[in-house]
Amino acid sequence: MKHRTEEELIGYREGEAKERTAIAAHLKECAECREELARIEAVFGAMDAMPVPEPGEDYGERVWQRIAPRLGERKTLWWESLFVPQRLVALGGVVALVILAFVAGRVTRPPVVPVDQSDAAKVRERVLVVAVGEHLGRTEMMLMELENAPASKGQKTINISETQRRAEDLVEENRLYRQTALKEGDQAMASTLDELERVLLDIANSPDELTPAAFETIRKRIEEEGLLFKVRVVKQGLDERKANPDAKPAENKARGTERKKV
Amino acid sequence: MAEEVAVSDAMAVELTLAGDRDAYRVLVERHSRTVYRMAYRMMGNTHDAEEVVQESFLRAYQKLKQFAGNANFGTWVYRIAANYAIDRLRQRNADEARREGPNKPDEDSFEVDPLSQVRDMSPSPEHLAGSAQLGERMKAALAELSPAERTAIVMRHWDGCGIEEIAEVLKSNSNATKNTVFRAVQKLRRALAPFLEGKEARAMGTEG
Repeated sequence: MKHRTEEELIGYREGEAKERTAIAAHLKECAECREELARIEAVFGAMDAMPVPEPGEDYGERVWQRIAPRLGERKTLWWESLFVPQRLVALGGVVALVILAFVAGRVTRPPVVPVDQSDAAKVRERVLVVAVGEHLGRTEMMLMELENAPASKGQKTINISETQRRAEDLVEENRLYRQTALKEGDQAMASTLDELERVLLDIANSPDELTPAAFETIRKRIEEEGLLFKVRVVKQGLDERKANPDAKPAENKARGTERKKV
Repeated sequence: MAEEVAVSDAMAVELTLAGDRDAYRVLVERHSRTVYRMAYRMMGNTHDAEEVVQESFLRAYQKLKQFAGNANFGTWVYRIAANYAIDRLRQRNADEARREGPNKPDEDSFEVDPLSQVRDMSPSPEHLAGSAQLGERMKAALAELSPAERTAIVMRHWDGCGIEEIAEVLKSNSNATKNTVFRAVQKLRRALAPFLEGKEARAMGTEG
């Protein structure tokens, strides 16, 4: 009788043998191969005899104590959460570039000491200012195009599919910036972004082909709510903050605008 | 984080990415023991194992946004640790080889038919001892494996990893990885033969 090789028997033991059924049949008949398999099995048994020193109940905590001071080495900032794949789609390439260029300029210098909390807050605020500024710039352009869209009298429908696609992207961005502004305690910015989001959603969810009346409703809403104006005010405030980081947010101007409109 | 117990791995990852550094602590405390056990079997001593654990969690933290909830965090950090451990083993072997000079026996020279060797092997009753001694012997036998063999057998036997998963760490294909596992078992068997073959094999197997 031709015996099975050691390799075949190890493969059989590991569930990786090609001729599993044939090997099983052979083992039934051949006592010598059964003994050989038992000897192989003993090697696996011996593996389990190898002790691993018990690191103690508090091991996880000790690991944390050792690595926590070194975690600052990762340049973790709040904006990184925007870069998880699910959200990445929502962010335009321009925003990513602006943020990266900005952050590169600010934080790639090797930190001598772990980043101070107040420094981190400043960086966060600056990144928000730049990113939202860009976002508002794009939103302003879109709203302007809508306001100035040619609508001749005899026209039955107006195609806004191109604008809609841009509005969809802007809604996603807007939502993230609004949440971040809220988290950062910038109420004025959060409130304008909230109004903006509702209009952007309306535009994104409208039919591709709008009747002149429906189109007019959207246009009126943009005008009545003074959205374009608010966007410009907030954007101007952001530009000022960008130029002079220590200045206070343009809260008053934006709030004043809101009060006027209510 | 008062409600640490309730925080899932996925949630802890999200919170960490959102800047809550303490959320990462949950992940470290939850998974460090599993990683430690693997690291110890790979490295063979507590000091190196602990170094592997710390470095792996640091690397996982730095690469966390690449992970972004696509798989199980425990599996992911385990793989990072296995990759790091095999690199450290290779580095350690290279350092040792440099110190010992060119006369070190070739690790891949295991070509003798192990079956015939087993049959020729006479039991050495004076070496037969309890499972503690066997465990120590196993530790020494593991140390004689190549880094790839050691990684393959640790991942396969103790942690029940699939061949594909091991192949990924070894940067190899599944056939070659299977052969690496087989070769590791053969080498361990050869190293342990004086301890194992004298006893009734199956009885020995149940001792651990």
